Amino acid sequence: MGVSILLIIISALLFPGLVGWMKSKFVGRKGPRILQPLFDILKLLKKGNIYSSTTGILFQIAPVVYFTTTLLAALFIPIGNYQAILSFEGDFVVFAYLFGLGRFLMIVAAMDTGSPFEGMGANREAFYALLVEPAFFIIFGSIALLSGHNSFYEIFINLHTSSALSFFVALLIIYILFWVSMVENSRLPVDDPKTHLELTMVHEVMVLDHSGFDMALIHLAGGLKFAIYGSLMFNFVLPIQNNFLVQLLLFPVIMVGYALTVAVLETFRARNKMGKNAQWIITLSALAIVVFLSFLIITQHLNFGL
Amino acid sequence: MKESIFIGLGSLLIILFLVSKKWQYRVMLTTQLAIFVTTSFYSFNSLYNFQPSDFKLFNWVLGEVHLVLDPLSVFFIFVINLTVFTGTLYAKGYLKPYQLTRTKIELAWHYFNFLVLYISMLMVVMLRDGISFLMAWELMSVSTFFLIVFESEKKENKSAGIKFIIQMHIALFFLILAFVISSLASGEPLGFESLTTYFSSHSAFPLFLIFFIGFGTKAGLIPLHTWLPHAHPSAPSHISGVMSGVMIKMGIYGILRVLTYIHTDLLAIGIFILVISVISGLVGVILAIVQHDFKQLLAYHSIENIGIIGIGIGVGVIGLALNNYILSSLGFAGGLLHVLNHSLFKSLLFYSAGSVYQQTHTRNIEELGGLMKKMPYTAIFFLIGALAISGLPIFNGFISEFLIYSGLFQSFSSNDVLQSVYILGAVVALVAIGGLAVYCFTKVFSIIFLGTPRSDKPNHATEVSWDMLLPQGLITVFILVIGLFPMLIITPLQSLVGTFVPDTSGLTNMVDTMTHVSTVMLILVAFSGILFYIRHVLSKNKKVVIGPTWGCGYTGGNPAVVQYTATSYADYIARKGKYLVGIKKDFKPIEKDVMFPDHVTFHTHSTDVFESNLITNPTKKLHFFMSRIAVFQTGNIQHYLLYAILFVIGIAIVSYLNII
Repeated sequence: MGVSILLIIISALLFPGLVGWMKSKFVGRKGPRILQPLFDILKLLKKGNIYSSTTGILFQIAPVVYFTTTLLAALFIPIGNYQAILSFEGDFVVFAYLFGLGRFLMIVAAMDTGSPFEGMGANREAFYALLVEPAFFIIFGSIALLSGHNSFYEIFINLHTSSALSFFVALLIIYILFWVSMVENSRLPVDDPKTHLELTMVHEVMVLDHSGFDMALIHLAGGLKFAIYGSLMFNFVLPIQNNFLVQLLLFPVIMVGYALTVAVLETFRARNKMGKNAQWIITLSALAIVVFLSFLIITQHLNFGL
Repeated sequence: MKESIFIGLGSLLIILFLVSKKWQYRVMLTTQLAIFVTTSFYSFNSLYNFQPSDFKLFNWVLGEVHLVLDPLSVFFIFVINLTVFTGTLYAKGYLKPYQLTRTKIELAWHYFNFLVLYISMLMVVMLRDGISFLMAWELMSVSTFFLIVFESEKKENKSAGIKFIIQMHIALFFLILAFVISSLASGEPLGFESLTTYFSSHSAFPLFLIFFIGFGTKAGLIPLHTWLPHAHPSAPSHISGVMSGVMIKMGIYGILRVLTYIHTDLLAIGIFILVISVISGLVGVILAIVQHDFKQLLAYHSIENIGIIGIGIGVGVIGLALNNYILSSLGFAGGLLHVLNHSLFKSLLFYSAGSVYQQTHTRNIEELGGLMKKMPYTAIFFLIGALAISGLPIFNGFISEFLIYSGLFQSFSSNDVLQSVYILGAVVALVAIGGLAVYCFTKVFSIIFLGTPRSDKPNHATEVSWDMLLPQGLITVFILVIGLFPMLIITPLQSLVGTFVPDTSGLTNMVDTMTHVSTVMLILVAFSGILFYIRHVLSKNKKVVIGPTWGCGYTGGNPAVVQYTATSYADYIARKGKYLVGIKKDFKPIEKDVMFPDHVTFHTHSTDVFESNLITNPTKKLHFFMSRIAVFQTGNIQHYLLYAILFVIGIAIVSYLNII
């Protein structure tokens, strides 16, 4: 039971450092240690707080709830045959809405500062989230259609036993989930965490005024989000087998692969034009509809007279 | 017994006009409580017998009038009682400033209409025969009209009231038409009972459509909604809360009541309801996002939530048509629960918004800001309402949406391609509506309560009195109970859903799932609490610095001017949905050669594409045409005599030629 959440937390702690380290290697810098972000977080936890005089109690509650909802969402994710701690019918709906609650409060906290920059970031966050959410739901709707189940664990268990064809669609799903994770974490191509201009940021600008303990929680939640999406993708690439040990060994490989992809992408790809982001995010939902149609064909609900 | 109740009720209504201003409110509250207790008593009675209870009210020229209580009526009576009760509590504080400016009769008339609205709504859900149902329905519209125009000295309130009363009467025409058709075709007296015979021998869709227009206008489904965004802001806030919370739900009640008699054409009807509801949900929330008047914004959200209710009902009907009882029972359960949920959080939002209006005297959110510091409790209640209406966890809105989602996801696995496609459409619509609602409520909450004041108006605001906060607290308790312990409401819902669906075992299974959901919610609350406590302990001995908001190194900007505005927050949606919202900008650009430009103003306002194309433009054209015809109305007696002579000559010619 506890193995899956343990794996997720470990990868959450290591992931940001790994991506940062790989990125600096790609551009030929020496780069920080892999554990550097962890040390930063520890330092932040020890620090005092700086509050803007405009803000109120909401500004202090929001990071706590943001972190809690993300951690709680992580409890829903099974890893291979390791069951999740929380699993029930329709758990992925609760999963998605937990993210929604955290996001709502972070947006409100950003608006609490009365800063034009943070308002801009909050506004973009709300807009991109509403564009990306349908993709997630269409994917899981399609998988519910294919597997006949609707909880994470049962979906993943039944996905791999149903059809070899579904493996190919799984690749498309991983592709979509990868981009969904990039949008959710506000990374390239919608937002560049390296950027130094507040005007073009999304997530980074929302948390400009947070400090100390709150900032540490926000960083931890960011890592958790990566780990959660990484684990979801792991469940889709998992080969059909029941060996717990193999799964345990494969998990780090997949996570490193995920980190590598993020690093390569963030090194070599430019960010989208801000105005084109909406269009780009909506294509993810369009691709998700392709998944839906493929599953209709696989389950032979839709057979063009074949 | 019955006579004495009528006499007592009637005399209380008259006493309202006689007693002093101080006692009027108490008389109304007493009357209301009496009705509350009586109806609740009979409702519980009928629930525990699980039989529709039938009370003969009186005999009159057109036959016997019965009050019938079945689970559907009892449910709506509960919703009505609850919302009207909190509305009355809130009204005490809200009407206080008006005590000084209004005469005794004006106030009595307001209270009187409030009571009439309450009684007529109760009658609507209990009466079954056509004539008395339509009379109660009409009484409901008329009393609402008088409540809307309470501040009739403002021109826009009067026109909102007139818009409302005209549209309600067009709707009433359709209802009468539908009843007459069914009565003529079945040979039975006017009333819902005649529908049994009618639907057994006729196709259901055309008559349902007529009913749908009649009831849908009351419910505010797009494109029948155009009265709603004007009536809600015009009415005093306790009335807006009651109107949005329960009055428009009477339309939903009507649609549901008609649906209980329909057993054919269900697929077409289900898809029709689903499509209209999805449009209402999406268009309602998109129009809400671009509003600057916060009560108008909430009014558009009522349209959105009616859309969500409709999605639940539509999905339920489709499930019935396809004999998929899991989909059907969960769809109906979600839709019906959302009726209750919406009445809770929407009245909460209207009450807290009303408090803001009372304190700042403006409904324009661009003039507000930073109110959380001045009115912390109001802000928290508004935030709870906002989170609940966005369908986010630990609040009740999430539970009803989760029920609908569960039904949808559980039905993907069936063997019908079309069903899967409808379901996917409904899922995507629900997700999109949810995302847009988050967008909208982060905007409205932030702009009203956070940041710094955008004008002088919020500076004088103080927290409202406790008798205005009390009803809001009461509603919050209900919201949290449903949100945190959703398994408690599944069983009561089951008997209600049983009115529509023969097999409600899908809901029985939900008790288990809801227990899990409840666990998640409680863990969330506990975790957050613990973490916040740890944070508190850790930061106890640490240095806390208070400084200005980070301004990119620039501290010269006036925070009230540079911070984000509602217009800029809504800009993404306003631009993407420009064909729906029609943003108009009024400003004069600075001319080229001007060295020292003057003060420049910039003003934007949005239009509702449905309203302008269905109501405003046709009315304008008609007006234009009529004004052309008005050239004949010269006011000159000689001309009028000339018309008379011309008419006589015309008649003479026509009859000479044997045309008539």
